[in-house]
Amino acid sequence: MLRYLSTRLVRALLTICFVVTFAFIILRLSGDPALLILSPDAPPEAIEAFRKSWGLDRPVWEQYFHYFAAIAEGNLGRSMRDGRPALELVLERVPATLALTIPALILKIGIGIPAGIYAALHRNKLADRLTMLFSVAGFTVPSFVLGLLLVLVFSVNLGWLPSGGQDSWVHGILPVITLGTAGAAVLARFTRSAMLEVLGQPYIRTASAKGLPWRRVIIDHALPNAAIPTVTIVGFMVGSLVAGAVVVESVFSWPGVGRLLVIAVANRDLAVVQTILLFVAATMVCANLTVDMLYGWIDPRLRTRRVAGAG
Amino acid sequence: METLVSIRGLTVDFDLGHRVVRVLHGVDLTIGKGQAIGLVGESGSGKSVTWLAALGLLGPRAHVGGSVQLSGEPLLGVPAARLEAVRGRRVAMIFQDPASALNPVHRIGRQIGEALRLHRGLDGAAARAEAKRLLERVGIADARRRLDDYPHQLSGGTNQRVMIAMALAGEPDMLVADEPTTALDATIQAQILDLLRELRRDGGMSMVLISHDLGVVAENSDRIAVMYAGRIVEEAPTAELFAAPRHPYTTGLLAALPDLDGPRRRLVAIPGTVPEPARLPPGCAFAPRCPQAIAACTTGVPPLVHVATDHRAACIRVQTAMAA
Repeated sequence: MLRYLSTRLVRALLTICFVVTFAFIILRLSGDPALLILSPDAPPEAIEAFRKSWGLDRPVWEQYFHYFAAIAEGNLGRSMRDGRPALELVLERVPATLALTIPALILKIGIGIPAGIYAALHRNKLADRLTMLFSVAGFTVPSFVLGLLLVLVFSVNLGWLPSGGQDSWVHGILPVITLGTAGAAVLARFTRSAMLEVLGQPYIRTASAKGLPWRRVIIDHALPNAAIPTVTIVGFMVGSLVAGAVVVESVFSWPGVGRLLVIAVANRDLAVVQTILLFVAATMVCANLTVDMLYGWIDPRLRTRRVAGAG
Repeated sequence: METLVSIRGLTVDFDLGHRVVRVLHGVDLTIGKGQAIGLVGESGSGKSVTWLAALGLLGPRAHVGGSVQLSGEPLLGVPAARLEAVRGRRVAMIFQDPASALNPVHRIGRQIGEALRLHRGLDGAAARAEAKRLLERVGIADARRRLDDYPHQLSGGTNQRVMIAMALAGEPDMLVADEPTTALDATIQAQILDLLRELRRDGGMSMVLISHDLGVVAENSDRIAVMYAGRIVEEAPTAELFAAPRHPYTTGLLAALPDLDGPRRRLVAIPGTVPEPARLPPGCAFAPRCPQAIAACTTGVPPLVHVATDHRAACIRVQTAMAA
């Protein structure tokens, strides 16, 4: 178990390093922050001074090592725009994003999983077909289209809900629905196929042949098995709690991490972009680790294989 | 002998959405109390479907017709709760592949305990003690430890013993064993068959042994019914079926079986394969593979008729021979 955990941890760290390196290189190759932040018309001396003060005049590999050495000391750098620590900038945006993504996650799970189970249990009936129709619509319509559509209907035409901003919880309703819809659709589809797969297994027939009422067969025998693949998707959704709302935050001008990312990328505000990516990678990796642990808990076949592997 | 289960004119149609296919064409079968019936035929002949249909285990896409009675009470078309009271309690069933027939995420003890609570109201320590006793009864060593194992930690043979223990939990009047040894090694196969025989002898339980292998059912059945393409084509007491088979299909199955005593001979396979349910040939379904087929075989389905007091066969040549 310990060895299993430590290899997973090392792999997780490598993943994060890879993400940070990749972001570092791409950002530095794709535009000059000095020109973007000071504007191209700024006097050459000012641009030169800006580059020197942020270390941009040194070779890329030197900047890179410098950056990693700083991270090791817990220093994620400062924003080039206002000089504040990047970490502080990102952290103060996190609550706003979570205020959208956590209710959206609850919405996804609360609607997606029951809908998928219901559809599977009523396979090929009207209820199943309707659920799958909504599901296909839900994840094929891009979130910015759905977001704008909701704004058009509920803000512009009906005037019931605000179209943007973060003044009260009412402002969060449309963004949460926009975020939740696609996820619920994906989850419904996934849960349905996991359930159908399980319902076709011989042990379900055994449970029925034993005399268990159908409801107990579903609850005690089908659901625990169908949970195994579903957990993967939910884990992925938990992993994207921090960065999953980039588009929706932009559409609804919600001051979260996603909007900060868009602005920081546009300005090549290197430290801020890298800090966000580090955060995103870290949450994703943590979620994956949790999913792996959950697998062992849900599926005894993995648990003993793991014990055998470690022993 | 008192009748336990009586199946009359049982039909099963599978609704495939775009068409409906009949897989069972009116099966008649009677099982007496304490009797052991062997149900033999190639895969796809309707052996398993007969019993899954009788117990309502085929799901919503199957339309079941005819009648099934257990101790005189109907089983078809009754409310779900009635069927649930029969399954496991009056009629228990075990299946072909024991590894996948047990739930991979639950411990053995829990899966047996479930049946004990359901049918005998046992819970907690009492259920555990009884589950342990059942495991010992089916010959599993170190039963107490096995209760906490998951199916994947046990061998195929042990898993089948667990299935049998689970079936015994409800103290059923009848056990339907659907190809119980097909997925197992030959030596394990013999052990499981011995166990089933022993249980039947001790408990006076009726048994239906479903197999594609005449050899497997020979030693474990009082009567044998041979099925082909969704019909029973011959039914007789075991000894008589082996001594005087009347249907060419039965003859073919016997010719494909090695003799343990007697001279060595070449085994003869039946040419061709079982027709698909949706594409049955006209008349007798076996006619295209039958070495003795005549023109009349394709004109109509031969009925199952008595060829001796306790022996029925469905072959047009048997009929004409009887009439002559």
